[in-house]
Amino acid sequence: MIDLIGYGAFFLTTALIFSLVTLGLNLQWGLTGLFNVGLAGFVAIGAYTSALLTTPDDPVRLGGFGLPILVGWAGAMAIGGIAAALTGMATLRLRSDYLAITTFGVAVVVQLVALNAQKLTGGPFGIGFIPRPFGGLAETPLLFNLSNLAVVSVVTLIAYLALEHLSRSPWGRVLKALREDERAAISLGKSARFYRVQAFAVGGAIMALAGALQAHFTGFIAPDNYLPILTFQVWVMLIVGGSGSNPGAVIGSILVWAIWAGSGTLTSVLFPPEQQARAASLQIVAIGVMLCVILLLRPNGLFGDRPKRPRFGKRSKAVAAKSSSNS
Amino acid sequence: MSLQFVVDGLLTGSMIGLGAIGVTLTYSILRFSNFAHGDFMAWGTYATLAVVSAIGAMVGKVAPIAPLSFGWPLLVALIVGMAFTALLALLLDKVLFSRLRSQGQAIIVVMASFGASMALRSLLEFTFSSRPTYFSRAIQIAMPVGFGIRITPDQIALLLLTAVLVLGVHLLMTRTQTGRSMQALSQNAALARIVGIDVASVVRVTWVIGGALACVAGVMIGILVQVRPFMGFDMLLPMFAAAILGGIGSIPGAVLGGLIIGLAEAGAVQLIGAEWRAAVSFIILMAVLFVRPIGLFGVRER
Repeated sequence: MIDLIGYGAFFLTTALIFSLVTLGLNLQWGLTGLFNVGLAGFVAIGAYTSALLTTPDDPVRLGGFGLPILVGWAGAMAIGGIAAALTGMATLRLRSDYLAITTFGVAVVVQLVALNAQKLTGGPFGIGFIPRPFGGLAETPLLFNLSNLAVVSVVTLIAYLALEHLSRSPWGRVLKALREDERAAISLGKSARFYRVQAFAVGGAIMALAGALQAHFTGFIAPDNYLPILTFQVWVMLIVGGSGSNPGAVIGSILVWAIWAGSGTLTSVLFPPEQQARAASLQIVAIGVMLCVILLLRPNGLFGDRPKRPRFGKRSKAVAAKSSSNS
Repeated sequence: MSLQFVVDGLLTGSMIGLGAIGVTLTYSILRFSNFAHGDFMAWGTYATLAVVSAIGAMVGKVAPIAPLSFGWPLLVALIVGMAFTALLALLLDKVLFSRLRSQGQAIIVVMASFGASMALRSLLEFTFSSRPTYFSRAIQIAMPVGFGIRITPDQIALLLLTAVLVLGVHLLMTRTQTGRSMQALSQNAALARIVGIDVASVVRVTWVIGGALACVAGVMIGILVQVRPFMGFDMLLPMFAAAILGGIGSIPGAVLGGLIIGLAEAGAVQLIGAEWRAAVSFIILMAVLFVRPIGLFGVRER
């Protein structure tokens, strides 16, 4: 029973860290329509920044500045936000696909730096001895897991409430207006690029914070944690929950993480050890197909924002006719 | 620094360029960046490899053609592989992309291609495992050709093949009715429909060309480097960078962009080390986006 509670706490902590990333993505994609396929890069930036700031001094690499954990988190958000703002400034005046390609490139480069810049990131072996918020409780796993869960829940709750507030604020309404009809919003005097860069930067900062939380929760990070599969998982979480909805982002994350962890356990029970790697790739196939099916059949997810309607042309009439016949 | 990087760069550039032709065509005609294009490459390569071993099992060992490391089975297999990859692209378009396109949100299609890419790649890993394999384990002796450059017969043959294919696609695009229809659709889709261009058939031709060339590029990587499920995914960033550097929609641009990136990568390997190779395409991409986002031969969007 105690084991079960401990595992439940551990599971929820991971799921909530994922939902923090998904919340950041929801601000970028759901609210603003900015496509980020390199979010693993921003999560990694956050994790490494916070690790560098808070670990004890290490002679073989730069820093280990031994600062308090909260300073690490703040630093992670700042650097993650700046990185996202720079990416946005480079591409947001261009077609939306260019942002997708550039963010993809950011993730590749971050992965490269994490692997090769030994002096900064510890290379393939990563960084260990990252201070944990309740490290003193590690003797009693249950208490340790529960206190971690409490910390992560509080941070996620704060981020959630802030984002809910933001999306209802005038700022959030401008973002939605830009997403729905850019020309109309610009004609009201809103600078599309300026608002989008802001949204992209805030989203990037939230992702970086999630990366930092994860780093301090496990105490060890390595480049392998930030492969494209992470980006993919978070996208599936957002699409399942329904893009544009913050509760959807949180619930989608928990749901998809439950499916992911559950099917992982299932494959480890069903397949012999030498077939594990193969079974794991089958798991990714299933989730990839699931993403495509949801996009085809239920593009708004479980809790999606209201459907977007084209305003003119043949399709708008078709959509209008369909929705009026439904109601 | 030795001039060897020119040969290495031209070879890498050919692979990138052949892949970038498909990327630039899907981008300009279907108006989305296809993240699954790299996985077409990998699928085509594995299909070719499978046909080569099937032929080997049926007719026994075939002696390679004089100086090359491969014989006629590979050529036959390559053609089968190209057809297979083209069919794969058409199939994916039918079940996924065309349906989402008709819903009218370009970026959803991009996301679906990302999901499809993940699924396709993992399916390869599941079937063939992630261990690298090879077309041939024979080692070729590189011939010196002066200026400290060495080149193997395989490399010469593949460079010639690239040149022929690029010329062929260029002629198709500029001299035939199909090619002109493709250009028309990429320049102004609404007007192209009005003058009666068969959009569905143009879309099919686009996928067939893109898929077939992706297969050739993949097999080149397979012959010169190795075959593994991630081979195409790792080419994605260089291919996108080449397509954007050359200007979206331009075939000569995509090839030239590929060659520039290939040469830059090979130069960077000599100067700063192989581990930073992948950063080269990103730096070039960012430079293009800041300085001249329409690329070398691009047309401003209307």
